[in-house]
Parts: sequence; C-alpha cells; structure tokens
Amino acid sequence: MIDGRDGDTSVMAGVYGPAEVKVSKEIYDRATLEVLLQPKVGPAGVREQSQEQCVRETCEAALLLSLHPRSSLTLILQVLHDDGSLLSCCLNAACMALMDAGLSMSCLFCGVTCAIGADGDIIADPTAAQEKESRALMTFAIDSTERRVMMSSTKGSFSVQELQECVAVSQKASEKVFQFYRDSVRRRYSKNL
Amino acid sequence: LASGMFSSLKEKIGEVLLPGDEFVFESEDTIFLTDNVKPERPVCGPGLRQSGNRLVVSKSGVLRHKPPHTFWMDSQQWRYVPAKAETVIGIVTSKSGDIFKVDVGGSEQASLSYLAFEGATKRNRPNVQVGDLVFAQFTVANKDMEPELVCIDGSGRANGMGVFGGGGLLLKVSLGLVRRLLAPQSDIRSDLEQLFPCELVVGMNGRIWVRASTIQQTLIISNLLQSCDTLTAPQRREQFRKLQKGGL
Repeated sequence: MIDGRDGDTSVMAGVYGPAEVKVSKEIYDRATLEVLLQPKVGPAGVREQSQEQCVRETCEAALLLSLHPRSSLTLILQVLHDDGSLLSCCLNAACMALMDAGLSMSCLFCGVTCAIGADGDIIADPTAAQEKESRALMTFAIDSTERRVMMSSTKGSFSVQELQECVAVSQKASEKVFQFYRDSVRRRYSKNL
Repeated sequence: LASGMFSSLKEKIGEVLLPGDEFVFESEDTIFLTDNVKPERPVCGPGLRQSGNRLVVSKSGVLRHKPPHTFWMDSQQWRYVPAKAETVIGIVTSKSGDIFKVDVGGSEQASLSYLAFEGATKRNRPNVQVGDLVFAQFTVANKDMEPELVCIDGSGRANGMGVFGGGGLLLKVSLGLVRRLLAPQSDIRSDLEQLFPCELVVGMNGRIWVRASTIQQTLIISNLLQSCDTLTAPQRREQFRKLQKGGL
C-alpha cells in the first residue's frame, strides 16, 4: 500500500502469475498482462478502463514479458481511498507489487502527478481539492535507470514550456519514490539475511 | 588471485539490489604475455541478466556469490517457474492415454509418461490415480515447451521419486524457505530434527509434505514450517524452544 504525501490516497495491488491463459488471449512469444482497477465505490467504468490502459502499457514496458510466453499475468488494483493523484498512486503500487512477486523487470518505474494552478504554479502530488482548482493535470511514469518519461496522461490546457517544467519537477520527485522502494525492499529482506 | 575484474560486483555481495541496477565490468587493458590468464566472464544465475559487458539485475533480492565467478539474486517468491533437473511435488490431475497430467504450481501442467517409473513396462503399468502426489524431476522445462517430468533418474532407478502420500499433510510455502531447507547446512532442518521424528518431502515448487507419528505432531510441524517464512532466525529458535519444553 502506498500512501500519497499530502492526502491519504491508498491503493492495494495484487499480482497473480505466471498462470494459465485462455487460448483466445494467449500471445505466442510473450506473457499476456491484464490490469483490473476497482474503484472504491461502484463498478469499474470507462474512466477506470483508460487508467488501466495507462498502467498496463507502463508495466509492459518495464517487465521482461518474453520470459513467460503463453502465460498470463494479472494485476489487480483496489482503490481504498482517493484523495487526488490516483493514477500515480496506482503506478507506484503496481511497480512494488510486480517487484515483490518476483517477476523479472528491466527497470522500475514510479508515477508522479503535477497540477498547474490557475496562477501558473506547479504543485506535485496534488490533493483532490488542488486537482479540482487546477487548470491542467498531468501524470508521468518515470523509469528508474535513466529517469525518462515512460507514459504521460494529461488533462487541461498548458504550454510546451509548462509541460517541460512539469517533467523536470516529476523527475526530481521520482528520486524520493525510488529511495522509498529501496528502503522498503531492504526492510523486507533484513529478516532473512 | 583476486582480479579487479568483478570488484564492483563483489562489493555488493550480501546487499539488497533492485531491478535496473547495473554493473559494468572493466576490460583488461594490459595483456601479460607470461600469464595464460583468459578474461573471465561472470556466470549469471537467476535474477541477473548479461548483455555485452553489462550485468543488469532483473529481480529484487540479495546478491549472492559462489567462487570463482558465479553470481545470483536470492529473492523471495511464491510462484514457481519450472526449471530443468529440479525435483518437485506434483498432483496428478488427469490420465489420458499414456500420459498423466500433473499440476506443479506453474503456468502450465506438466506431462508425466507412464513409462517413466522404475520397473514400468507396457504390460506392467504403475499404480497412479488422479489426485495422487508424485515426487518427480523435470527433464524438459523451458519457457517455450510444455514441461515434462520423470520419476526415474538417468540410470533407470527411482532414487526416492515416485508416488507417495498416505497420511500426511501437503503445504505451500515460499520458494526461499524450500531452498533454505534443502541447503547443505540448514539451520531449520537441524532445529526440526531435535523436535519429533517426522518424514518430510520437499519440492522445489514450494510444496512440502509432512508426516509425523501422530496427527497433532504433523499439524505442529506444518504450522511451524509455514511460520518460518515470516519469522527471523532468533524468533524461530524461540518457537522451537517453547515447543521442545512441551508448551503449545
């Protein structure tokens, strides 16, 4: 479970696999990744489907899928509490769950959300209230090896200059998330060392 | 004979590493004509991938080393991926013609031929029913093909493999615990030996079968083994000590 910084956004992620896959869904040379995002209240709708697609494309880029042809990997994300920056919270939970499950990955990734307020200031990891008042909202998935943008999902109007500034802010914020991953994994293995 | 070749790797032995962490090995820039030293390449085990002169970590875990140059990542995982020559506990799920289909906990069921048992011939078929437990070894296990099991070794002898299982309990534990149990000097095994006499079959797919002289003892040992995953070594020894004194 990853908690957002200012708010209390929580998402629980579970990974199942490599497991059997239905013949209709199997891919001959790599694993089939399925992402399911369950909102806290109500059934999953079109918005959840587009968020699932963002998470799935990021995971497919980071995982070594060719090691498990004709198998299925399922990632289930359950929203426990949504107070803004939901997509980046889902990305962080997904990365930690995939890493914890022991699936081979070429790099780690993290999600960072930036909101541009009405007066042009950039807020990283906004709360739901800050998101509502913002003029533009962007979520980036940043990779751990070269800090490049793997996925971006944007909403609202902004200039190219502002986009580049947000990318820079996100790359800087990603350092803290990767350090958190490292500390968590270290704690997990400290028992059995 | 410590070459500076893998010094960056050797520094990190015993440390926790994450996927994406990279090591580059230095290339030799002077060649000594009097030594017959060949540039040595590291042998990569599970969790490490090699591309050119770079070594990239692909699973999170602790970096382990076996001299002279074998490195691998010791990671915690529950899901099994079949690998050749590993012995596993399988559950027979169906009999079709000459082949049994066995569930080994992986992404695909493995196939086990009825002739792959000691002393089996076309007329003398082995007594295997659906639902039986088998202890078998992989002869074919790669990502592209269906895995195949056999219950005989290279010379045709069973060597401990085959159908088993009356009166015991089958549990699922993490792959790391199974490797720790099977290691040559295993703390957990020596602690268990001092408790009660019991029979243990350990499969590398994370399945352990336990049978002790009474049902209660069997349950105690199975609970202990399952808790070993989450206890540190001192906590585990404390539990064993409490049990030896007779407290439950």
